[in-house]
Amino acid sequence: MTSTAGVDTRILKAPHPVPGAPDNWKRFFSFNTDAKVIGIQYIVTALFFLLVGGLLAMIMRGELITPEADLVDRTVYNALYTMHGTIMLFLFIFPVLNGLNNLLIPCMIGAPDMAFPKLNAAAFWMVPVFGVILMASFLVPGGPASSGWWSYPPVSLQNPLGHLINGEALWILAVALSGISSIMGAVNFVTTILRMRAPGMTLGRMPIFCWTALSAQTIQLIGLPALTGGAVMLLFDLAVGTSFYRPEGGGDPVLYQHFFWFYSHPAVYVIILPVFGVFSELFPVYARKPLFGYPFVAGASLVIVGLSLIVWVHHMFPSGVPQWMRDVFMVTTMLIAVPTGIKVFAWLATLWGGKLRLNTAMLFALGGLFNFVFAGVTGIMLATVPVDIHVNNTYFVVGHFHYVIYGAATMGVYAAIYHWFPKFTGHMYYEGLGKLHFLLTFVGTNLNFFPMHPLGLMGMPRRVSSYDPEFAFWNVIASLGAFLLGVSIIPFLLNLVSSWVRGPKSPANPWKAIGLEWLLPSPPPAENFEDHVPTVISAPYGYGTGRPLVEHQDEIERALLKT
Amino acid sequence: MTISPPLDSTSSPQGPSPAGHSAEHANHSLTGFIIFLCSESVIFLAFFTGYAVLKLSALQWLPPGVEGLEWRSPLLYTVVLVSSSGTVALAERCLSKGQLWGFRAFWLLSMAMGAVFLYGQAIEWRSLSFGITSGSFGSCFYLLTGFHGLHVLSGILLMALMLQRSFRPANYAAGEQGVIATSLFWHFVDVIWVMLFLLLYAWS
Repeated sequence: MTSTAGVDTRILKAPHPVPGAPDNWKRFFSFNTDAKVIGIQYIVTALFFLLVGGLLAMIMRGELITPEADLVDRTVYNALYTMHGTIMLFLFIFPVLNGLNNLLIPCMIGAPDMAFPKLNAAAFWMVPVFGVILMASFLVPGGPASSGWWSYPPVSLQNPLGHLINGEALWILAVALSGISSIMGAVNFVTTILRMRAPGMTLGRMPIFCWTALSAQTIQLIGLPALTGGAVMLLFDLAVGTSFYRPEGGGDPVLYQHFFWFYSHPAVYVIILPVFGVFSELFPVYARKPLFGYPFVAGASLVIVGLSLIVWVHHMFPSGVPQWMRDVFMVTTMLIAVPTGIKVFAWLATLWGGKLRLNTAMLFALGGLFNFVFAGVTGIMLATVPVDIHVNNTYFVVGHFHYVIYGAATMGVYAAIYHWFPKFTGHMYYEGLGKLHFLLTFVGTNLNFFPMHPLGLMGMPRRVSSYDPEFAFWNVIASLGAFLLGVSIIPFLLNLVSSWVRGPKSPANPWKAIGLEWLLPSPPPAENFEDHVPTVISAPYGYGTGRPLVEHQDEIERALLKT
Repeated sequence: MTISPPLDSTSSPQGPSPAGHSAEHANHSLTGFIIFLCSESVIFLAFFTGYAVLKLSALQWLPPGVEGLEWRSPLLYTVVLVSSSGTVALAERCLSKGQLWGFRAFWLLSMAMGAVFLYGQAIEWRSLSFGITSGSFGSCFYLLTGFHGLHVLSGILLMALMLQRSFRPANYAAGEQGVIATSLFWHFVDVIWVMLFLLLYAWS
């Protein structure tokens, strides 16, 4: 019941009223069904794999600092970029975003937990399982998968040693498990958002992060089964000897590319949409202005879902697809710029004339937006068929992709981690270390990934460990940037650990932000508002309007101050 | 774990009974299950598309020595499977009228019809002269029928679970959600089979 009398006494009297969930570190290592515990489990697991994937990247950049293939063997290099891509996508970025979803969605919509808490925990515990499977592939004879993170046949169907358990088979297994885990998560997130919102929180009053999460998870539900189906066929071709993709038996290798990109292009939107959500949440808080054009920002997410499902062939312009297909997919790909542009302009209009507070979270959000716009411009270039065919398989594509995935998405994730860190740990982070992390990351990202664009235009091919000496200049800069990025992780981890252990206590609402999650104590109790969910009475992001978000907001805030 | 009433009109105060937890989320379970089925249908869509693309672009579709698929007895089993959707609907109607034994009888009949279908599938597989490695055609045929067969088997197991639940005393206030979900799954499996029959047997 949303009765008024119980509000301030029941939920807010103690900072840790966690019956059934002991407030100790052991719950993070158990099959806990609390979405906030699972969220932190996801994020910490993902950060571990960020270090693993990052280490592989360091080795690759170490190799590429000289034109000769001298640091690692060429076959090892093939395995390095394959595993780097796979780990970063399936074990870092997806899990870290699912962690944010778990932490934020129930709190933002006023739900006590996810719709299916056990399913949620099961989905998380599959991540370390397929993580171990993927890591184990380093130990099998023949080494891990070496055919790139897209695993195109016929390259991926080669099994020279003839073992049934080989790196490629383990790779497919891990990807399939990751897909199942993500589908379980997606069913959970979509059901939670659709069915468990607080009274008064209509879809039109939902925070943008939930809109983008809903959109991203819808893509997961539509796209992932296609990849899983395609991966099952690949596994059969590899292990049983069927002929789905084997040309000698009448199969079609390009068919796999369709399955793969039908999911794996939209997957980029699965990654970037929640980051758009983070930008949309942070800019109003730190500019003290309402989000400009809320309905358009929310609607643009849905438009991106629709368009994302009809652009995949732009990855296959040189794969022998008919010309009409190239034309159609070039146009649909360029159309993506429209909803994305709507969002970018809405953010700029939100920032315009605002009273900016440049703390670490805001700096990361602004840096992420800057990198995203850069990546968007090169994205439009790549969408054009002639340009794409010219720079296909060069570092231009690598540069574009990493600006999106690291420059925009990962920096957006950092922004989110800093912004909500006080809420979910109950401690403030250290601003100085945070700003150092931002500086190293922003400079490192641009030093690392900008040189890849001139390299690509000069024609340097990707996926090779040696190159012509004329490419050396830009490669040295890129490698130095990469090492800087490696160093940037140190202040980040130091900050997280030391702030959580002994950082100053955080108030319930350190940023004076508006949102249901900020009406909970820091850290929120196990069941959030329990059965005292406040009734939402106005639109989100009411900065400077003076309108309360929920009924009896004054009482709730007073009670929060007392704790 | 209670949600405020405006959200969830069906979750009446259950009290802290052991069954309360699952009953409370029953309403969401059905939503979640429908979302899952929509997602699951995309896997079949992917397989169907792959089949169509491979078939349309093939130079030699059927393996050497294979003339085509025998369609008469598969058609018979198709009729059995499709009519089991009807018996499932009858079982649900009995349940809504409170006739628990009628529900169990029709439910069991549907399970038996599903089992007959699987039996027919097994006989057909054994009689075929080509295997899963006999070119794209063999690969597609066994993948599609096998994957669908797995769904029929899962459906039968789900029905067995629901049947067993119907014997638990006073369970069917909350158990109906599971029955609805299972019957939806069964109709889904049937519709997929009709499409599969048209693709594999009728389109030649």
